[in-house]
Amino acid sequence: MAEMTYRQALHDTLREELLRDENVFLIGEEIGRFEGSYKITAGLLQEFGPKRVVDTPICENGFVGLAIGAAMLGLRPIVEIMTINFIALAMDEIVNHAAKIYYMFGGQCPVPLVIRTPGGGGQQLSATHSQNLEVWFAHVPGLKVVAPSTPADARGLLRTAVRDDNPVLFLENLALYNTRGEVPEGDYTIPFGKAQVMKEGRDLTIISYSRMAVVALDVARRLEQERQLSIEVVDVRSLRPLDHETIVNSVKKTNRAIIFEEDWRSYGVGAELVATIQEEAFDYLDAPIQRVAGAEVPLPYSKPLEQAALPSARQLVEAVDRLAIRKRRIVYA
Amino acid sequence: METRQQRKAAAQGAGPGDARSSASLLEGTDRETLLNYYYQMVLIRYFEEKAGEMYTRARIGGYCHLNLGEEATVVGFCAGLEPDDYVYTNYREHGYAICRGISPAVVMAELFGKKTGCSLGRGGSMHLFDIKRRFMGGYGIVGGQLPLAVGAAFALAYRGAREIVACQMGDGTTNGGPFHESLNLAKLYRLPVVFLIVNNQYGMGTRVDQGSAVPDLYRKACAYDMRSERVDGTDVLAVLEAVRTAARIAREEREPSLIEAVSYRFRGHSVVDPDRYRPEEEVRRWRERDPILLYAARLKEAGLMDDAKRQELEARAQQEVEEAVRFAEESEFPSVDELYDFVYAGEGGR
Repeated sequence: MAEMTYRQALHDTLREELLRDENVFLIGEEIGRFEGSYKITAGLLQEFGPKRVVDTPICENGFVGLAIGAAMLGLRPIVEIMTINFIALAMDEIVNHAAKIYYMFGGQCPVPLVIRTPGGGGQQLSATHSQNLEVWFAHVPGLKVVAPSTPADARGLLRTAVRDDNPVLFLENLALYNTRGEVPEGDYTIPFGKAQVMKEGRDLTIISYSRMAVVALDVARRLEQERQLSIEVVDVRSLRPLDHETIVNSVKKTNRAIIFEEDWRSYGVGAELVATIQEEAFDYLDAPIQRVAGAEVPLPYSKPLEQAALPSARQLVEAVDRLAIRKRRIVYA
Repeated sequence: METRQQRKAAAQGAGPGDARSSASLLEGTDRETLLNYYYQMVLIRYFEEKAGEMYTRARIGGYCHLNLGEEATVVGFCAGLEPDDYVYTNYREHGYAICRGISPAVVMAELFGKKTGCSLGRGGSMHLFDIKRRFMGGYGIVGGQLPLAVGAAFALAYRGAREIVACQMGDGTTNGGPFHESLNLAKLYRLPVVFLIVNNQYGMGTRVDQGSAVPDLYRKACAYDMRSERVDGTDVLAVLEAVRTAARIAREEREPSLIEAVSYRFRGHSVVDPDRYRPEEEVRRWRERDPILLYAARLKEAGLMDDAKRQELEARAQQEVEEAVRFAEESEFPSVDELYDFVYAGEGGR
């Protein structure tokens, strides 16, 4: 184990995968000479040269499509989209091509591709630079979508993504890059489709992913100390494939659930999680499942407005209160 | 297949610009190869006429876009490449698939949605594929195949391979972003790719000059300092020569090219299109320049194909198409148990 930032974990994993497999290359805007908008790829152009670290012009659909075509011939591209907001420009190549090629052509040609991109708000980047669009991709069969919340998961899931034979959307978060954590050394991988119980508990389950999972864990620990509430925190980590078992088993144990997500509430990741829970654990629920999500507005610039729009620890505590009140009623009944 | 009038018109060398540009190729190529081009052209003609018929008989579903009228462009394009080169096309690709070596039977089976089809019945008319023959797919979103072709060329350059990529598209594609992004990337990275615009003069119902501020489509390459030329798409040897030259330059010099083949489709955009937007006179004029008749006349004039030989080739092509239909009819549909196969590579099902 070594302690490092989320950024360092990503950087080191990219470097190790470049060293491990000649077919792996990095491609994206400003990842080489500029060393990446968020410096994930710092130093890699210098070490591996322009063949393996490819700077592109500003043309997301073009270079994502290029990566898909290269993957069709057996290379293993790792694309960086500077932020997830720009991925809208590449939707045709991702949804109509990367996700379809293996199926539509009868299993003749896999597309081993990773698209890394950070989402998330809170940096006063306003409406077009602060979104959480992962649900667009999680909706599409043929894609895989993972969203690590810790440096260890960033490393383990990125390794798995690079070695997977399918197109993988690897979702990072701007506010996580400087977070620190213990990271296992060696050839450490995490299988897709495995949620992580970050903290065990008995009274209720908070289900989350990416940055909101970190906030949820913090809130759960605080409420345990302050109010002796025993809260289980499940980090979904992998949105597609989704680990039904871990999520449903947790709710069966605690009988209460809150979904805590940074994306918009309507049709969001939480909607899928709620549906899954009611399908598979309906009789175990003691209260309606709560959703705490982003306000349904284009994220505003002004600090107070931005903070009001983002899902917060305070809103999560309020949701816990709503469920805990119900619990007390049942206990006293 | 054609009227006597059309045959006569072709024999008289109707239409501008034909014959001369590719005269030397006619002399420099052996007879068998030249006759094979003719065979492939009539094979496509019969195949597509049959596909149209099978569509109206509900054997084929979805959209169905035919290469009728474009046979010279299709055959010239495919013949200008080497067998191990990679080909990407759009959705009007039956002929390309056949010319790259996928049997008409397997293509017809795909159109029928059968499990013996070249995409195992998952793709249909717009999504033919054969990895062994490096036919890398027909694609249904206009422009979608261009970045993929550029990426395949990137992979070849990455490995220092000798093969190249050839990418076909329609005229309407040149008005969209993927065209411009792809040309820029191909030139910027010096990738071994040949782009072919099949300018059949209409993107669905939109005439080229109604959709493109620059109707001379080959000129668009100048924005990327890319070599480009326009060829007569009704002249199989002219297309072949242009593609072969571009392929050599891609292979040896790692320089991409853009070729515009001016062609015409004899029917509507797809089988169901009643084709009301093209003046009758225009359609008639172009039908007189039927690429098959033009080529037949040239072969005859050069003493390479008499009427008996021609009839023999046409009969053989017709028979191959009949066999293709029989194969497609007799093949089974994929089992619904296999619905979830191929969603993900490396693992069965979901």
